[in-house]
Amino acid sequence: MAGEHPPDPETTQVHAAQPEFGDMVQQELESLLPFTARVRQFFEQLGGMVVMSMRALRRALHRPWGLGDLAYQMVALGQRSLSIATLVAIFAGLVISLQFAYFLARFGVQHTVGKVVVLTLFRELGPVLTALTVGARIGSGITAELGSMKVTEQIDAIAALGADPIKKLVAPRLIACTVVLPVLTALADVFGLVAGSLVVYSEYDIPLEQFYRSVVETATLADFTSGIAKSAIFGFVIAAVGCFKGFNVSGGTEGVGRATTETVAIASVAICLSDFFLTKLFLSL
Amino acid sequence: MTPLIQYQDIYKAFGKKKIFEGLDLQIEKGETLTIIGGSGTGKSVLLKLLIGLLYPDSGAILFDGADVTQLPEEGLRAVRKRVSMVFQGSALFDSLTVGENIAYPLRENMRELSEDEIRARVANKLELVNLAGIEQMKPSDLSGGMRKRVGLARAIATDPEVILWDEPTTGLDPISTRVIDELIVSMKKTLGATSVVVTHDMDSAFRVSDRMAMLARRKIVECGTVSQMQNSKNPDVRAFFDARK
Repeated sequence: MAGEHPPDPETTQVHAAQPEFGDMVQQELESLLPFTARVRQFFEQLGGMVVMSMRALRRALHRPWGLGDLAYQMVALGQRSLSIATLVAIFAGLVISLQFAYFLARFGVQHTVGKVVVLTLFRELGPVLTALTVGARIGSGITAELGSMKVTEQIDAIAALGADPIKKLVAPRLIACTVVLPVLTALADVFGLVAGSLVVYSEYDIPLEQFYRSVVETATLADFTSGIAKSAIFGFVIAAVGCFKGFNVSGGTEGVGRATTETVAIASVAICLSDFFLTKLFLSL
Repeated sequence: MTPLIQYQDIYKAFGKKKIFEGLDLQIEKGETLTIIGGSGTGKSVLLKLLIGLLYPDSGAILFDGADVTQLPEEGLRAVRKRVSMVFQGSALFDSLTVGENIAYPLRENMRELSEDEIRARVANKLELVNLAGIEQMKPSDLSGGMRKRVGLARAIATDPEVILWDEPTTGLDPISTRVIDELIVSMKKTLGATSVVVTHDMDSAFRVSDRMAMLARRKIVECGTVSQMQNSKNPDVRAFFDARK
C-alpha cells in the first residue's frame, strides 16, 4: 500500500494537487448529465433510509428493549400531534360533508351523504390528511432534534460511550411513529364523522340517526383497516425520512434547517406517492 | 513490548480534501501522548478513527492487537467500553441532567452497579472536576467551562483503560486548566490509564505529556519526549513552538 502512495512529502503534495482521473470523469459526467447525478443521489438516499430502518428494526428485537425510550416517544409524538390532527379532521369532515351534501341535493339523494363521507374519510382523507399534517410536524421535529444532536456531537458521544445510536434514537422513533399515526388516524376518522354529521344536520336537516345508519350500513371493516394500515406505513416512512435526514446533517445549524425543510418535502411526496400504490394494492385485495 | 495502539499507513480524505497520507503512530500502554498541530490538520479525526466514529480510506488501526477498522459493530462496542472520549464541545445530552449524563456510560456498560453505587460514582467524579453537587442541573444551565468539566467527568465515569482528550482545556480559566491537567496525570497514576491528548495549549501539553507527536503535512512528522520535541530541529515543530514566543 505504501508503494502506491509515495511517502515523499514533495511528491504527495503534487499528488494532492492533481485530481484523480476517476473524479474528473465523474465530475464531467455530472456536469453533462445533472439529471443522472440527481437520480443517483435519490437512490443513494433511498437506499440509506432503507438500510438504516432495517438496521433499527433488527436491533430493536435485541435486549435491552428500550421500552422507556419507546413509551416516551409515543407519548411525546402523540401528545404533540393530537390537537392538530383532530382540528384538521374536524374541518375536513365539515367541508367534505357540506360539499357532498350540496351535490347530492341536486339529485335529491342528500340523505345518502353519510355513505360517501365515511368512505372518503376512512379510505383516503383520514390517513392522508393526518399523515401530511402530522407528518410534517413529526418528521421535521425528528430531523431537527437528531440533526442538532449530530452537529453537537451528541450522536458520536452515544456511540463513544458504548451505546448504539441507531437502537437508542432511530428504533424508538420508527416504532412510535408507526404505532401513533394509526391511532391519530382513527381519532381523526371519528372527529371527522362527528363534525360531518353535525354540519349536514344543521344545514340540510339530515337527522343524525339517518347519517350514522348509512355510515354503518356502508362502511366495512376493510374500509377502516385499509386506512389504518396505510397510516401505519405513512408513519414508518415519515420517521425513516426524519431519522435519516437528521443523522446525515452536515454544515452546522444551517444544515439542520436545510435538512428539516427537506424532510417535510420528501415525506410529503413519499406519502402522496405511496398512497397511490397502497390504494391500488388495497383495492385489489 | 507491543504498543497498545498502532495507526498503520492511514489514508483519509473528506471528499477531495486529503487529511492523512500514510500516517503512522504508535502509543504505548500507560503513557500520555499529546498530539499537537495546526487547526484543521485532523487531530480530532485521529481520535475518532480509533473508536470507529470515522473510518480510514485505507490502513489499519490496531487496538490491543485487533484492527478496529475491520471489527463488526459488537467488537467496536467492546473497544468503546475500554476507550473513552472527551469531546471538544462537551457533547452533553441536553435532555438529561448533569447526573444522568455522567451516569449514562455506567448504565450502559456497568449494568451490575446498583443505583446507589451509580449515584456515589457520579458524585465522586463531579468532585474530581470541582463541580460537586450539581447533579440536578441541566447542561443548558452551565457555563462553557462547566460543561467541559462535566464532559470530562462523564468520560472518566467508568475508569476506562484509554482516554481520548479532545482539547480538554480549551476555553477554560487557568485554575480549571490546572485541575484538568492534574486530572489527566492522576488518571495515569491511579488507574494506569493511557491518555491521548489533542491540544493547542502547549503549557498544558508540557505538564501532562510523556511523549508528544506533531501532526503536519498529513502525517506525524515528529514524535518524542517533551525535551526531545523542545530540542527538535524539524521545521514544522520549530515553527509551531516558535509561534508561541
